[in-house]
Amino acid sequence: MADTKADSLTEPQKGRLSFKLASTMDSVAEVEAAAERLTQAAGLDEDESFRVAMAVREAAVNAVLHGNGYDPAKQISASFENNGKSLIITIADQGEGLDPDKIPDPLAPENLLRGTGRGIFLIRSFLDEVHFRQLHPGTELTLVKHLSPAAGKLPDSDKPQDSDTK
Amino acid sequence: MALSIATRQLDGVTILDLSGRITLGEGSVQLRDAIRDLISKGDKNILLSLGEVNYIDSSGLGELVSAFTTAKNQNAEVKLLNLTKKVKDVLQVTKLYTVFDIYDDEAHAIGSFK
Repeated sequence: MADTKADSLTEPQKGRLSFKLASTMDSVAEVEAAAERLTQAAGLDEDESFRVAMAVREAAVNAVLHGNGYDPAKQISASFENNGKSLIITIADQGEGLDPDKIPDPLAPENLLRGTGRGIFLIRSFLDEVHFRQLHPGTELTLVKHLSPAAGKLPDSDKPQDSDTK
Repeated sequence: MALSIATRQLDGVTILDLSGRITLGEGSVQLRDAIRDLISKGDKNILLSLGEVNYIDSSGLGELVSAFTTAKNQNAEVKLLNLTKKVKDVLQVTKLYTVFDIYDDEAHAIGSFK
């Protein structure tokens, strides 16, 4: 069962935080705040922190609004991890699914003055890797921000024991 | 922090001093209503002063674009003044920086409306 698998992510893991939230804008704010805490704890500078947190917010808005359609019966799942090399954030909804290949390019001249369609583009612009996975039902986005050696420090309590083996 | 909007007139230009965030659920609708209100009253020269806007998301960008196109369709103009670094960053990434008339100096911006 998908729920069982998702619930298992809430088990305590080093450097990883997971939770499920209602399909509301309050949840978006909560996810955004968690992303800010993650980036700041990882030592990202203000500009990079802003970009990552904004991308995470856009992903959460997509999940709540376009994925779940504010449906109170559906939840979004979010996880945040610093593995010492990268920040890895996942945001999942329980909606109809999304085909990333069918998203119009917002930089194309015919789309530049459209009022919508920039969320996924901003996410891709502001992160190093973006992966889409189709769930049944829903979509999961995995957002990855690589850490520079100087910024990639873990809080002491979260350091994995093999962090210096490679 | 939600968006606050203060309106003033100077030399035939309506200046909206915006402060806060222009995001889905916080400032987008306020901005849309303010622009529509001005255009419906016949204002042709609209300057959005964004010096106190510290955050804009894709929804907020959409509202800026809608303001621009709505104004243009009514033979009005919407220009931007005093972008913060974050707003400028987002406008540049989305290539909207090339769409808008953008100024750093209010007097220069006002003089650009003729």
